Amino acid sequence: MAFDYDKYLRPGKLPHIWCPGCGHGIVMKGLIRAIDACGLEKNNTAIVSGIGCASRLPGYMDFCTLHTAHGRAAAFATGVKMAKPEMNVILVGGDGDGTAIGGNHFIHACRRNIDMTYLIMNNNIYGMTGGQFSPCTPTGAKASTTPYGNPDPAFDIAKLAIGAGATFVARGTAYHATQIDKLIAEAIQHKGFSVVEILDDCPTTYGRRNKFKSVIEMMNRLKEIAVPVKAAEKMSPEQLEGKILTGVLYKAEKPEYTGEYAKVIERAKGAK
Amino acid sequence: MAKKVAFMQGNEAAAHGALYAGCKFFGGYPITPSTEVAEVMSAELPKLGGKFIQMEDEIGAMAAIIGASLTGAKVLTSTSGPGLSLKQENIGYACITEVPCVIINVMRGGPSTGMPTGPSQSDVMCAKWGTHGDHPAITLVPASVQELFEETVRAFNLAEKYRTPVMVMPDEIVAHMRERIVFPEPGELEVIDRTKPTVAPEQYKPYDTQFGDVPPLAAFGSEYRFHVTGLNKMADGFPTTKAAVVQAEEERQVRKVEANVDDIVKFEEYMMDDAEVVVVAFGSTSRSARFAVNEARKQGIKAGLFRLITFWPFPEKQLLAISKKVKAFITPEMNLGMCTGVVKGCVEGNAPVHGIFRVDGEPINPTQILDMIKEVK
Ligand SMILES: Cc1ncc(C[n+]2csc(CCOP(=O)(O)OP(=O)(O)O)c2C)c(N)n1
Ligand code: SF4
Repeated sequence: MAFDYDKYLRPGKLPHIWCPGCGHGIVMKGLIRAIDACGLEKNNTAIVSGIGCASRLPGYMDFCTLHTAHGRAAAFATGVKMAKPEMNVILVGGDGDGTAIGGNHFIHACRRNIDMTYLIMNNNIYGMTGGQFSPCTPTGAKASTTPYGNPDPAFDIAKLAIGAGATFVARGTAYHATQIDKLIAEAIQHKGFSVVEILDDCPTTYGRRNKFKSVIEMMNRLKEIAVPVKAAEKMSPEQLEGKILTGVLYKAEKPEYTGEYAKVIERAKGAK
Repeated sequence: MAKKVAFMQGNEAAAHGALYAGCKFFGGYPITPSTEVAEVMSAELPKLGGKFIQMEDEIGAMAAIIGASLTGAKVLTSTSGPGLSLKQENIGYACITEVPCVIINVMRGGPSTGMPTGPSQSDVMCAKWGTHGDHPAITLVPASVQELFEETVRAFNLAEKYRTPVMVMPDEIVAHMRERIVFPEPGELEVIDRTKPTVAPEQYKPYDTQFGDVPPLAAFGSEYRFHVTGLNKMADGFPTTKAAVVQAEEERQVRKVEANVDDIVKFEEYMMDDAEVVVVAFGSTSRSARFAVNEARKQGIKAGLFRLITFWPFPEKQLLAISKKVKAFITPEMNLGMCTGVVKGCVEGNAPVHGIFRVDGEPINPTQILDMIKEVK
C-alpha cells in the first residue's frame, strides 16, 4: 500500500511554494516517513524553522509548528525544549539560515547536546532571496553576488557539527531519497543533538547559473559525488577526491542538556 | 504574621517580582548593569522547578523565551543597552506573533558600549521604536526598589493580558540602589494568567478575533496544534498577503494597547492640585524632582511633580489637560530630550516645556531642577 503522507500534512495548505525540481519536497517526504517510523505524536512534536525556502516546511506539517526569524530556529527551539523536555523538537532550514546568520545558535545547540534533531537542507545557495552565495557555496561557483566566481571557501557542515559537540551527525542527498527517512529516524531516536545534512538542489537560482542543463543533471551530480561511509573505507584519497561521504558520519554518547538541567533542579531543591 | 521585609538591590527585587508573578523560564546573556537579575533567577528558578538558560547572545535569549512562552510558561529576559539592540529583531517577532514575555532593560549610557556602569534614561525611544514596523509598546519605568518589584509583577500581568512583550526599564540607579522592601504576601498583588482556549482543538485559531482583540493562546504540547510565523498572518496563524486582512491585523495589534491605555497607563501626581510649574519625570530622576518640588514649595513656589510609572503608552490626555492650567513644564531626564519631545507633542503648545538633559553618567540633582523651577515660575 502506498505511504499515506496526507496523515501528517495540514489539510488545505498545499500546494507548497517550492519550484518544480526543488529538492526540499523530497526532504519533507523523508521527514514525514521518519516521523511515522518513530511514531511521534503530533501534539507532542514541535517543528521549528528559520527563514528561507527550506524553512517554509513546517507550515505544511500538522504538528506544533514555529516559523521563526532568519537563523534563529535553534535558539527558539532551545526555549521550547528546555521548557517542555518531554516534547520532540525537530529543526529544519537551509544552509544559509543555519550556517551563516544562524551559525552561532547552531554551534551552541551542538555544544549543549540538547536532545533535538536538526535537518539542514543544503542546496549551496540562498534560494529564497534569488541566489546569493551562502557559506556552503563551493569556491568558484556563480551566485547573484559572485558574478566573477565565489572567492569564499565553504563550510563542511558535518565537521562543524562534530567539532561543536553534536553527538549524531549524518549526511544524505535528495537523490538517495529512500535513505533520508532512515537517517532522520536514527537521528530522532538518538538522545542528544543530532544533525542531518541533506544535500539537495536549487535549480532556479543555483543550477541555472552554474551550467546545469536540467534538474536531472543536478540530481545525477548528487548521485555521482555521494560515497557511503562504508564504501569510502576501501577507497584511496585519490578516489575520494571530489566525493562527499554519506550515511551516519559520527555517533557518540554524551550527557544531554535537559537531563543535566534536571540534575541542577535536584541540586537546587536540596540546597533550599 | 509580620510581613517579610528586606534590604535589597533593585535588580534583585525585579527578579523576585518575576518569581512572584509566576515566571518559570529565564533566558539571558550577561551584561552590566542588569546581570544581577540573571544571577538571582539562576539560583531561584530551579528551586521552583523552573528553568534558567544562559544563551549564546541576546538574540538567542530573546528567541528562547519566546519559544518557552509558547509552551505556556511565563518568561523573562534581562539586559542593557547593547543587548536591547540585539533583542529588537525578536521583540518584533513577539509583537507580531503575540507571544507574552517580559524584558527587563536596565538603562545605561549609550549608544553602543557607551557607559556600561553609568546611569541613563536613553533607551525609552528604543523601547517603542527599536524594532521595525508598526507594533504596540508597553514600557514601565519604576523609581524605587519596591516599585521595581511591583512593576515587574504588573509587567507580567500586562504581557499575559494583552499577549505582547512588556518592558520594565529601571535606570542604572534604581536597578543598583539598595532600599527597604516589604514583600507582598502571595495573593496580595493581582497575578494574571493568559486566557487559554476553550474551543475544540480542531476549531482553535491562535488569532481568532471572535474572542476579542486579544484571542486566547494555546500551548505547544497541549491538545492544541497550531502554526506560528513572523509573516503577516490570518486568524489561523498562516501567512497571508491579503491587503484587507493584513491591514486589519496590524491595526488590531496596535489597538490592543491603544484601546486600553487607561488600564495600562500609571502615574503619580504629587502636589499637583494647584501647581503652576510641573516637573514631568521618571525613574531616579523623579526622586530628585520630588526633592526639588518640596524645596520650591518651602520657598512659596507652586511646583508639582507628574511622575511617569508607565512610559509607553504615554499619558497623553492627562498631560494635555494639565497643560491648560499651568505656566510651564520642566522635563529633567538622563538623555538629550526623549521624554521632553513627547511631552511637547502632548501639550500642543499650551505651555512651554523646559528640558534638563544629562548624558555624562551623573544623576540629575535636585538643585538643577530647583534652579529651573525658580527660573520659569
Ligand atoms: C535578518 C534577515 N536577514 C536577511 C533576510 C533575507 N533572507 C531571507 S531567506 C534568506 C536566505 C535563505 O537561504 P537558505 O537558508 O539557504 O534557504 P533556501 O531559501 O535556499 O532554502 C535570506 C538571506 C531575512 N529574512 N532576515
Ligand atoms: S528558489 Fe530554489 S530553494 Fe527556493 S523553492 Fe525554488 S528551487 Fe527551491
